[in-house]
Amino acid sequence: MKKLRMLSLPYISWVCMFTVVPLLIVIFFAITTPSGKFTILNISNVGRYFSVIVKSILLASIATFISLIIAYPFSYIISRIGGRTGKIAMMIVMLPMWMNFLLRTYAWMTILEKNGLLNKLLVYLNFSPVNIINTKIAVVIGMIYNYLPFMVLPLVSVMKKIEPSVIEAAQDLGSSGFSIFTKIIIPLTMPGVVSGVTMVFVPAVSTFIISRMLGGGGNLLIGDLIDMQFLGNSYNPHLGAAISLVLMVLILLCMSVMNQFECEDMEGKLV
Amino acid sequence: MKVQKNHKIKLKFISKLYVVLFLLFMYAPLFVLIVFSFNESKSRSVWTRFTLTWYNKLLHNREILRSVLNTLIVASSASAIATVIGTVSAVGIHFLKRRWKRALMTLTSLPIMNPEIVTGVSLMLLFTFLKLKMGFATLIIAHIAFNVPYVIFNVMPKLEQMDRHLCYAAMDLGCNSTGVFFKVILPEIYPGIISGFLMSIAFSLDDFVISYFNSGPTSQTLPLAIFAMTRRKVSPEINALSTIIFVIALIIILVVNNKEINKKKRGGEK
Amino acid sequence: MIKKACLIILSLLVLNSYCFTQVRAAADSQVGMHRKYINVYNWGEFMSNGSDGLLNVNLEFEKATGIHVNYSTFSSNEEMYAKLKSSNVVYDVIFPSDYMISRMISEKFLAELNFENIPNFKNIFANFKHLEYDPKNLYSVPYLWGVVGIIYNKNLVQKPIKGFDALWDEDLAKNILMFMNSRDSFGIAQKKLGISFNTKSKADILNAAEELRKQKKLVQAYVMDEIFDKMQSEEAAIAPYYSGDALVMMKNNPDLDFVIPFNGTNRFVDAACVPANSEKKEWAELYINFLCDPKIALNNALYSGYSTPNELAYAMLPEGIKNNKIAYPEQDVLNKTECYVYNSKEINELIDSLWIDVMIADEDNNVWIMPVFIAVCMIALVSTSVIRARLRKVNSKI
Repeated sequence: MKKLRMLSLPYISWVCMFTVVPLLIVIFFAITTPSGKFTILNISNVGRYFSVIVKSILLASIATFISLIIAYPFSYIISRIGGRTGKIAMMIVMLPMWMNFLLRTYAWMTILEKNGLLNKLLVYLNFSPVNIINTKIAVVIGMIYNYLPFMVLPLVSVMKKIEPSVIEAAQDLGSSGFSIFTKIIIPLTMPGVVSGVTMVFVPAVSTFIISRMLGGGGNLLIGDLIDMQFLGNSYNPHLGAAISLVLMVLILLCMSVMNQFECEDMEGKLV
Repeated sequence: MKVQKNHKIKLKFISKLYVVLFLLFMYAPLFVLIVFSFNESKSRSVWTRFTLTWYNKLLHNREILRSVLNTLIVASSASAIATVIGTVSAVGIHFLKRRWKRALMTLTSLPIMNPEIVTGVSLMLLFTFLKLKMGFATLIIAHIAFNVPYVIFNVMPKLEQMDRHLCYAAMDLGCNSTGVFFKVILPEIYPGIISGFLMSIAFSLDDFVISYFNSGPTSQTLPLAIFAMTRRKVSPEINALSTIIFVIALIIILVVNNKEINKKKRGGEK
Repeated sequence: MIKKACLIILSLLVLNSYCFTQVRAAADSQVGMHRKYINVYNWGEFMSNGSDGLLNVNLEFEKATGIHVNYSTFSSNEEMYAKLKSSNVVYDVIFPSDYMISRMISEKFLAELNFENIPNFKNIFANFKHLEYDPKNLYSVPYLWGVVGIIYNKNLVQKPIKGFDALWDEDLAKNILMFMNSRDSFGIAQKKLGISFNTKSKADILNAAEELRKQKKLVQAYVMDEIFDKMQSEEAAIAPYYSGDALVMMKNNPDLDFVIPFNGTNRFVDAACVPANSEKKEWAELYINFLCDPKIALNNALYSGYSTPNELAYAMLPEGIKNNKIAYPEQDVLNKTECYVYNSKEINELIDSLWIDVMIADEDNNVWIMPVFIAVCMIALVSTSVIRARLRKVNSKI
């Protein structure tokens, strides 16, 4: 066994090289000036962009929340379909994910434009056209559309595990539909909700192309800010590293809070 | 009783309607792209006449063809190397002491938990620090770096399921550790390896953010080419490209699905 | 099955390593990957690509010399600068504008050209040599030039347009596009205020930033090359843009028109340069020389719509373009124009950071967003803890 244990040695060096060292370099950049001197100004300067951070979190949470609302009933319906049809239904849900997200976002651009299809349709139906493109609403729609399958997937896999007999038993014991939902289905699907929420929230909060393509450049999010510092219009890798660091800490904090939640629920189930 | 039945039918109708609306939301944008790939005019909202010019142009677009080849090279080599590294490492981690194992698994999950943009930026800073020229090498290393954790997380559960005593038994019967690895462990965990490999290939083919930060002028992948296309004068070639990708994905999914069903049928007969 | 899987993965590995040596060489000629290549980094829509019956310049170069061109594009000087600076990426020919050239020269970013390899340099107009940004003309060969003006849709804009203050017109709210780069945006705001583009006073720059912030609520989107699409399909009514691209747009949509502001504007020269880290300087010079060939320069000028500094190419232009007041403005218009000059690091950093402030300023900042957000978070927190406490109770009962 000792020899097999040695197999992890190359991996330890790999992890150091490609996970630990890069993050250390990010930290190093975040706390130095271009001439290599120590400074905390980069990190304190991130405070100036507090509004962007709040906006990113806000838009991402709205998108996550709406995704959850949309995906929850859908996943429940899908999870009740068994056998081959259920499998095919899952495939149909996953199929759009195979398209690159840039193409999917581009598709929404063509739909939401001022002279786009949605407005053409509205005018045709005698409604007044709406102005969605280049607003926050468009960014949220883009986020929901791109990350919705990430919400459906864990929800369905959790809901498939709910035995119909559990629900029947509750019905037999006189539970109303509402109490079945709150007392059985929600607690049992909690792990799926938690992983779905993280899987949607994390990419949504750090996205930088969706906001640019659908938000018109005036609705920048944290991701755009980082991109601007490295490969965009205002080159300053030290500030960029500081913002990345803040974003990372923020996400890891959210994740650990979420994980705490999941673990406790699991324990509850075991007892 | 009758009331309940009515209620049920209503519920069924509502749920069906809901599924249809949901799928409409998912597929309407793709449908728009596909329809307008056959449109003669460059407009994105006015239909003029059916044409296949955009497909013809796309297939003669050297930039796109090259980026497709680049994507295939990067995805296949990165996922193959990542599978090998990931499998070997997972076995090694599995036999570590518990405390070490937990620490290493936490480190492994970092690239997955971290926002992609941070991973991309950190790798870019690393390559710049090492003075590596941005190109195929950096791109493939970056892809391996984010694929390895997925492989490990796919292989690990299979290792956990495996009975550890099997290895001890093999050792007692005179098998050396290489033999144990190839003859005992690999057969137990190969489904995990395969799914890890498939997952990393899917991620590599589709990755934009990591490639955006870590590629050079010689290693433009397809997602990067698409990005460049959406930023310039947009040509309907992009619609044609979407249609082709969609059809390929559809075919792959149908084939996989068919195979699985066949397998199940065969299993049932046995 | 396992063997199969191992075999597949191993063979993939072998195939790929093989790919890198031999298969690729064979496949190369099919998709244009060649052993001999240079990396070119140019503005979007800035080089003839074979459409509209013009020459595909890069393909012609490959035919003539056997050197393949890896062509990629950027959309602003700042973006190109960041890309070169932040990662170790090697380009052989780049096309920065005037002020960026002087900045890059001062940072020792550019290689001195060997003009013996660029005999076609003699085709360049004498007044485009030894310009301010490169006084000894050691680093750059002018490629194309133009002016910044205002492109607008005649059907959507009723008032006559004279200067940049039209971009602050409330009647055109949400129909205005604006540059997505700091230097051009600040330049426009400065001209509107009647300040020089190259002002060194911080107060002036702060005023310009204030103007841009005021403008933000009227702006529909900040764009660079996306403008082609948005103006041609009438998504927006008015935008500042470069003269050459404007001419291309006007050709595609006759309702568009272009105005050079009466009180002067920016004139820019984009020139071909070789970065100092290029390992293929001679091929790069070969390429630059090729671009100065009158026929090639003519094709590029016709495709991009920009004005050529190449004397022989200018002579070959059709009369209609030669007399075009947008591509080749009259001398008194040109006299009022001003070039950007690279000021100093401090001014540059100030502009960059103010620019981000403008970009992140929220025009419809609702006072309720933050309170509601915090309230929702609190409610979520409370409700989850209540649910958890309840679950715990239920569990303990069991």
